[in-house]
Amino acid sequence: MSVSAELQNITAKLSVKNVCKTYESAQGKVDALKDVSLNIGEGEFVCLVGPSGCGKSTLLNLVAGLDMPDSGEILVEDTQVKGPGRDRMVMFQEHALFPWLDVIGNVLFGLRLKPNLTEPERKEVAMFYLHLVGLEKFAKASIHELSGGMRQRVALARSLAPNPRILLMDETFGALDALTREQLYGEIQQIWEKRKKTILFVTHNIREAVCLGDRVILFSPHPGRIIKKFDIDLPRPRDINDPALTSYAHEITSYLKNQFGKDIAE
Amino acid sequence: MFGLKKILSSDSVAKATAKIVGEGDSAVLQIAGDWLLSETRTNSKEIIASIPKNLSKLSFETSSLGTYDSALVCMLLKCYESCKEQNIDVDLESLPEGPRELLKLAVAVPEVSAEKNDGDWNLFNTVGSRAIKFMDTIASQCGFVGELTIASLNALRGKARYRTSDLLSIIQSSGPEALPIVALISFLVGLILAFVGAIQLAKYGSEIFVADLVGIAMVREMGAMMVGIVMSGRTGASFAAELGSMKVNEEISAFRTFGISPMEFLVFPRVLALVLMFPLLTIFADVIGMLGGFVIGAGMFDISYDQYANRTLSALNLVQISTGVMKSFIFGIIVACIGCRMGLQCENSSAGVGMATTSSVVQSITWIIVADAIFAVIFTIFDI
Repeated sequence: MSVSAELQNITAKLSVKNVCKTYESAQGKVDALKDVSLNIGEGEFVCLVGPSGCGKSTLLNLVAGLDMPDSGEILVEDTQVKGPGRDRMVMFQEHALFPWLDVIGNVLFGLRLKPNLTEPERKEVAMFYLHLVGLEKFAKASIHELSGGMRQRVALARSLAPNPRILLMDETFGALDALTREQLYGEIQQIWEKRKKTILFVTHNIREAVCLGDRVILFSPHPGRIIKKFDIDLPRPRDINDPALTSYAHEITSYLKNQFGKDIAE
Repeated sequence: MFGLKKILSSDSVAKATAKIVGEGDSAVLQIAGDWLLSETRTNSKEIIASIPKNLSKLSFETSSLGTYDSALVCMLLKCYESCKEQNIDVDLESLPEGPRELLKLAVAVPEVSAEKNDGDWNLFNTVGSRAIKFMDTIASQCGFVGELTIASLNALRGKARYRTSDLLSIIQSSGPEALPIVALISFLVGLILAFVGAIQLAKYGSEIFVADLVGIAMVREMGAMMVGIVMSGRTGASFAAELGSMKVNEEISAFRTFGISPMEFLVFPRVLALVLMFPLLTIFADVIGMLGGFVIGAGMFDISYDQYANRTLSALNLVQISTGVMKSFIFGIIVACIGCRMGLQCENSSAGVGMATTSSVVQSITWIIVADAIFAVIFTIFDI
């Protein structure tokens, strides 16, 4: 397989059908997800939003194959998810880079498992992604020399390198400072436009969700379920400080407040 | 509060009384005198006892009430509660404003018990839930052992994905780098065994047998056990901390998303390293322990090197040495498995890493002793 074939844009649709998941805890059974269904089209950028404990990260783990649903099924292009796979890459809140490898080593990590590429070809692919995140100069740097934002960019390059169909992001920008985060909002949108991945993005920051998502899916806890879906009709690239975002963010926030006001009253 | 002004202004105190007046449906509680905590007053139990059973309404008459403090409110509250229990209406409006408001306040919110609600505690429930938890632990342990077995079989077929450089660095840190501490501990153990044994043996004039004692004790028991204990504190704990912090940093999940089994990549090389290093460390500890014994023998009892070495060699045979070495294999597996398992199970917090480390040491040492006891029984049965 050649480098150009490897670098082809590939994407997939994702459907979640009636998924339920419960956890045992000290207080008894917790319904992390109850009857959750969701369809995500090819190349769509979907944000899952909700207060903590509403099951959005659980759903992400199920899609990633790191955990199994109790009932229901998750399909990637009509194939059921039965475990982790390189068609679905996850980016975590912590960068989760391997500290014993340098930057390019981390990006190469997923590529090493592709048998039909030669070593120089792998290097070329890795450099392509490092260029995409603007870190080609730091290929030989070790991880602890990088800033938090750079580490997340390496993590992004590492996740993109095996050319997954779906990119799963679990509060990926949560641990970064506000300025770096704003910069990365721009970059992730550019990269998404270039690579056309299907992206599932979990966050508890509503503005962030409105800024990034084609759709924002609102979750509610106890039991974890989808309570509302919002379509975000704004031109891209979007800026987090754009006033047009505010009306959407306001709509979602007030809906959330109403919902929780009711819950408390009950 | 409400009665304070009255207390200050009045100089004499009238006897506090209360009695039920009236028949049939409605009765009146006549309250008179000065109701103060410091004075004697009608017992509220007596008042409650005197309330007629078939009463439907109780009101109050307080025209001759003097000063009062919380004593009055306490009495009223007890009457009120007892009336409520018997479904008797209480006419609060006939009370003066002060006690009426306080009484309303007191009955507005039911008292919440501050004790923990252990309502549904019972023996069966507790035993049952503990048993279920225990079964879950056993199941997950079996799962761990099973996954490890599969990973090892994959490794035998050359299919496991782990890095040889990782394996070598783990071997380096758990083998050669452990030599000084293992040497120190086993030297001292040999010394102690010789010292304690020689004093007893000297009574019979057979100090020379201290060589037999130290040799057999080190080779059969103490060598493997001391290596196990030192390594569970040194290497097992470091495995738990290493894998635990990888779990917290989500590196473990990252491995899994890349389709790499943490069992093959992280656990297998660690188990293999310890399985390889434990027997070697044990033989090393045996030799150093006997050296410790010799120091005591030579220093205190004038046993020559030749005598000591001869005695030791005649006491030991290959079977005895191999029992210790065999145990050390198992101890190595125990230490590595428990360390790795605790690390992989670690809670996602830095406190979790600490807990994983601690419990890995405690569990490793416990299981080493348990395994040693089992070995002792087996060896006795087979007369080895």
